[in-house]
Amino acid sequence: MAGFPLKGETTPTIFEKSVAGRRGTRMTRSDASPGPLSDLIPTRHLRGKPARLPEVPENEVVRHYTELSLKNHHVDRALYPLGSCTMKYNPKVNEATCRLPGFAGLHPFTPQASAQGALKLMFELAEMLKEVAGMDEVTLQPAAGAQGEMTGVLLMRAYHDAHGEGSTRRRILFPESAHGTNPATAAMAGFDAEEIPSDETGRVDLEALRENLDEAVAGLMLTNPNTLGVFESDIAEISKLVHEVGGLMYMDGANLNALMGVTRPGDMGYDVVHFNLHKTFSTPHGGGGPGAGPVAVKKHLAPYLPVPKVFRREDGSYGLDWDRPESVGKLHGFYGNFGVMVRAYTYMRMLGATGIRETAEAAVLNNAYLTALLKEDFDLPYGRGMHESVFSGSSLKKRTDIKTMDVAKRLLDYGFHAPTVYFPLNVPEALMTEPTETETKQELERYAAAMKAIAREAETDPELVATAPHTTPVRRLDEGRAARQLDLKWSFSGDAED
Amino acid sequence: MSGIPDGFQYTEEHEYVCEAGTEGEYLVGITDYAQGELGDVVFVELPAPGDAFEKMEVFGTIEAVKAVSDLYCPISGEVVAINETLDEDPALVNSDPYGEGWMIRIRVIDPSELDDLLSPEAYASLIED
Repeated sequence: MAGFPLKGETTPTIFEKSVAGRRGTRMTRSDASPGPLSDLIPTRHLRGKPARLPEVPENEVVRHYTELSLKNHHVDRALYPLGSCTMKYNPKVNEATCRLPGFAGLHPFTPQASAQGALKLMFELAEMLKEVAGMDEVTLQPAAGAQGEMTGVLLMRAYHDAHGEGSTRRRILFPESAHGTNPATAAMAGFDAEEIPSDETGRVDLEALRENLDEAVAGLMLTNPNTLGVFESDIAEISKLVHEVGGLMYMDGANLNALMGVTRPGDMGYDVVHFNLHKTFSTPHGGGGPGAGPVAVKKHLAPYLPVPKVFRREDGSYGLDWDRPESVGKLHGFYGNFGVMVRAYTYMRMLGATGIRETAEAAVLNNAYLTALLKEDFDLPYGRGMHESVFSGSSLKKRTDIKTMDVAKRLLDYGFHAPTVYFPLNVPEALMTEPTETETKQELERYAAAMKAIAREAETDPELVATAPHTTPVRRLDEGRAARQLDLKWSFSGDAED
Repeated sequence: MSGIPDGFQYTEEHEYVCEAGTEGEYLVGITDYAQGELGDVVFVELPAPGDAFEKMEVFGTIEAVKAVSDLYCPISGEVVAINETLDEDPALVNSDPYGEGWMIRIRVIDPSELDDLLSPEAYASLIED
């Protein structure tokens, strides 16, 4: 439980703490006389009036954000078992390297000759990702998983276009457990997204797949292990069937943490895979910073990768290749989220090949242990998953009227973030739990003890659970109203719009 | 609010149909059980009056805090009106699913299709499982 007093329910915004003239630092008066700003910058780019920046001394700034971080849950506080999100601990060394002045201060217009270190890092990161994926080429450009998917599907479209089948291959298939982004991506790229059923083990139903395959199929999007945490053990057969009708295999890399260093998407027959560097390769995410969604492909899709692409010249220097006539184009300003690449590179180099494999093994082992601890108290309709298990609160709800959402809220009182709830959609009252490899045995036991205690409370004191949370800075929020009346913008009082 | 009103008919996808007070016209919405499962409704996407649907064709979508679901038309027919207040106040689906939270008013083509729908008792045993 939160063992320290928090200052009231709401924290004033930094703007409300502003007092005109307050400063953290006073700058020395410049002895140069640069003249008016309009001599340096065209007047059309200059503000009419000063920006309304908050005026707060340094200690108040630090206290403000420290207080916010204490009111929040994050992986630096405790386990964060948000299934499918891989909320592993992010080693601080990643933060040290990405802040090295040579990286952090690098201007994107720096001539290539002066940015060799950064280009080398990007090249080597791509090489490592190729090895993990078992693929031939990589683009680092996409900004996050969903854009990685978009990139991957655009590559598939370009491939079919180049083979004269762009207008006939209209269908992209996905299993019913898929992330919503899969069908959304297919639709965004102009395809018809079609769901195929899963079998009773949660895997793709091979018979249903066979029935759905024809010459109009552009590809299959399949996470592996899938969203139930279950390994698609028929993957070789699935790939073969899809390839036989001329379709392509897309792997959503959301769950790569279960596999990396153990087996490779390329060896399973996939043609495209996207990575979530921010999940698998430990960069802060979930409001904690930008992501990165590199995409790896087999040779036959390589010509369509986005421009520019980092390459190594024969003399060992690095450059950016823009001369790729069949490319789908550019998907991100400059070269992608470079800071995330530095973190992921650091993480991979710190682990090495052996460490990467051990990471996946420990992620699976941790989940196996946690699942064993919890399986008496919560249903497990599809059994234990690899790196995550999808529990169901169905029996608990039947017995006690306590819903999964109540369990999730009560967990906050015990100092844990909830698992992913009500997803995937084919599990009622779902509690999708992914502990990750970075948690100790003791932390897993602490979490399991909290879940067990809540299951008991549901029987003995259901009101306590139904009205949770009780110890957080704010009580249960009106999520419906928050979604209906979204209000995220600070307005200065009595002010017209700036 | 009663869970499963008598005199209504139901689909396995948790829509209901009830007489609209005009010969041949019916109101369609989702059941109390369905709204409870979905949680707070934040948006309901409805068709335009004049649109026609086959039996069990998707006529709209409902977005709730937990999930987005398709809405299935229990009977074939033409939409004669939609509940425009849901645009402003989608929470009516939660607070009054069988009354103010109705979704579309439909003129049926073949009233015998109603015979294929679930009775209150059959729907009650469906959600029991």
